[in-house]
Amino acid sequence: MPLLKNAEIIKDPYTRVEGDEPVPDHGAVLVGLARWQTDRDALIARDEDVGIQLTSADAPELIAEDLPFLSLVALEFPAFTDGRAYSYARLLRERHGYTGEVRAVGDVLIEQLHFMHRAGFDAFELSSDQPEKDWQIAQSDMQVWYQPTGDKRPTATQLRRR
Amino acid sequence: MYEYDEFDADFVNQRALQFGRQVQSRLSGDLTEDQFRPIRLMNGLYLQLHAYMLRINVPYGCLGSKQMRKLAHIARVYDKDYGHLTTRQNMQFNWIKLADMPEILLELASVEMHGIQSSGNCIRNITADEYAGVAAEEIEDPRVYCEILRQWSSLHPEFSFLPRKFKIAVTGSEKDRAVVKAHDIGLRLHRNESGQEGFEVFVGGGLGRTPFIGKSIRDFLPTEHVLSYCEAILRVYNQLGRRDNKYKARIKILVHEMGSEAFSERVENEWAEIKDTALALPQAEIERVRGFFAPPAYETLPDQDPGFDAQRKAEPAFALWARQQLARHKVSGYAIVNVSCSPVGKPPGDISSAQMEGFADLADAYNFGEMRVTHNQNLVLTDVRKKDLFELWRKLVELGLATSNHGLIGDTICCPGLDYCALATARSIPLAEKISERFADPAKQEEIGEIYLNMSGCINACGHHHVGNIGIVGVDKKNTELYQLMLGGSAEEDASLGKILGPGFDEDGIVDAVENVISTYLEMRESGEKFIETYRRLGPDPFKDRLYSAPA
Repeated sequence: MPLLKNAEIIKDPYTRVEGDEPVPDHGAVLVGLARWQTDRDALIARDEDVGIQLTSADAPELIAEDLPFLSLVALEFPAFTDGRAYSYARLLRERHGYTGEVRAVGDVLIEQLHFMHRAGFDAFELSSDQPEKDWQIAQSDMQVWYQPTGDKRPTATQLRRR
Repeated sequence: MYEYDEFDADFVNQRALQFGRQVQSRLSGDLTEDQFRPIRLMNGLYLQLHAYMLRINVPYGCLGSKQMRKLAHIARVYDKDYGHLTTRQNMQFNWIKLADMPEILLELASVEMHGIQSSGNCIRNITADEYAGVAAEEIEDPRVYCEILRQWSSLHPEFSFLPRKFKIAVTGSEKDRAVVKAHDIGLRLHRNESGQEGFEVFVGGGLGRTPFIGKSIRDFLPTEHVLSYCEAILRVYNQLGRRDNKYKARIKILVHEMGSEAFSERVENEWAEIKDTALALPQAEIERVRGFFAPPAYETLPDQDPGFDAQRKAEPAFALWARQQLARHKVSGYAIVNVSCSPVGKPPGDISSAQMEGFADLADAYNFGEMRVTHNQNLVLTDVRKKDLFELWRKLVELGLATSNHGLIGDTICCPGLDYCALATARSIPLAEKISERFADPAKQEEIGEIYLNMSGCINACGHHHVGNIGIVGVDKKNTELYQLMLGGSAEEDASLGKILGPGFDEDGIVDAVENVISTYLEMRESGEKFIETYRRLGPDPFKDRLYSAPA
């Protein structure tokens, strides 16, 4: 699955550690919430980048205390119609002040990219063949915004006052 | 009315071009129907039984004459020469070709219109009192906040993939013409003891399969906080609303399952976190938007117009129309004119392109170029001089828009039903036509007096049958269309849900049943009693007895 970050395809620096798989000695890892809860201290002691992947039923409040230790929070879209993670991303950025990577995984479609970006996602696992082109389209189609969000793009209301 | 500036115009144009590109991808096969479906729905395009249906937003029911002429043009060029007014104050076209969509959206954008969010699990067109700004008893004009909410809800980055659709209605009057208690969020503008403007906030109302009257979760919300409070409600709903079953996904189910107190506590906690962010409305912004809804240049006129009085004496049909269709205006010498789009024997809410154009001309001549669409699928001219009423009426007669049945039994709300809709289980339009024919006599309708008859072709209740004084819902029973009758609903400030009276009827039987209900009411009503009042006094028994006791 290509990973898009800062409008470029990059190689995912994180190794996914599923279930009870052993954690590699070195390198960044991405674990689920249960694994994090079991092995939290060991994962922190590794002194390597660590990320958590949350299902759409897990609100970010569950990991609010742990955010300083996390370099990545991946939020799942089990289907594009399940929009819970838009709220989670905004809460991570705007409520909890999280500045690490917020990654969209799962049913991530081109038409959702502009909503996701505004909600605070900055990395996207896209199933498309041409994710860079998708990204350009998604960013260029709509350029007027009415809602203030954590991405600080000026809204129409704010621009009118200038 | 509100006018687009460069930002609004760019927004709608960008969206129209984006959808044009997406339609090309669909037509070329790059997008599958599965991939295209959510995109077209977010732009108001449904696939119905026979063709695509395009629903065009009429923001809080306000429409300019230029826009109405554009809708007429679209009906003529791209559809079958008519459009349909909906219960959400919108206009829909039932015979649209996909390949025409890019062009249609650009045509609409040129008159500040679009279909964005008229479908999909997002915040739909905000609706309002159709007498906003002119009702004699109005406390505040709701359109100011409708427009502020419209902009905030447009392609909201957080709330475009909600568990289910989301409807907001706003009223600024004691008399509720916007059915605020049957909406996901209902806002009632009022003033507190110190004269400050604010909202009473209702949540979790709705019709459909599981009807609920909205619960009041806040008595007074200062208007500057309307966006942050709505954002708090939506954020709680987006996270906690059910996604496992689409029939339980509306906010009404969440509020019901959590209890309105627990729900309200969650909302208040969330709101406390965001109320003082950029969502708080500066007074200057409220005033800027209010400027768009400044009253037109009214003349100073006496409230009585001798010509109007004389014309009513001379022309009984005009007198009847004036009795039924006019409402009291806040400005002396002016009247609010209700224009019925439910003529006898015709589908409620249908309007031909010739009627649209003719009506746009009348709006220009007599009503400062504006008009309103109502949730009862009718039209309103809000600012007509009393001295112009006779001339206006004669022109409405020529257009076939002078039916005198406002608030009467012929003025039904009716969904498209099985003639158009893929969800319907029974036809509704032909039945509405039959009932209006049965009660075609204007004198009879006037004798019956104020009554609301609402009809849906399935349990999804697009025809608002639960809140009709008389409600009819079509069901499919062993491949036969069967109609159930319910009584006692109300869509007004005393909102209530109707109760099913007994076993259903076939198509002819239901028309007879409605007539029997009416006869029972006429026999048993006390002087000056409206139907709903008689029903509330007597309960269902006398009506049941009449309908279901063995014939003598």
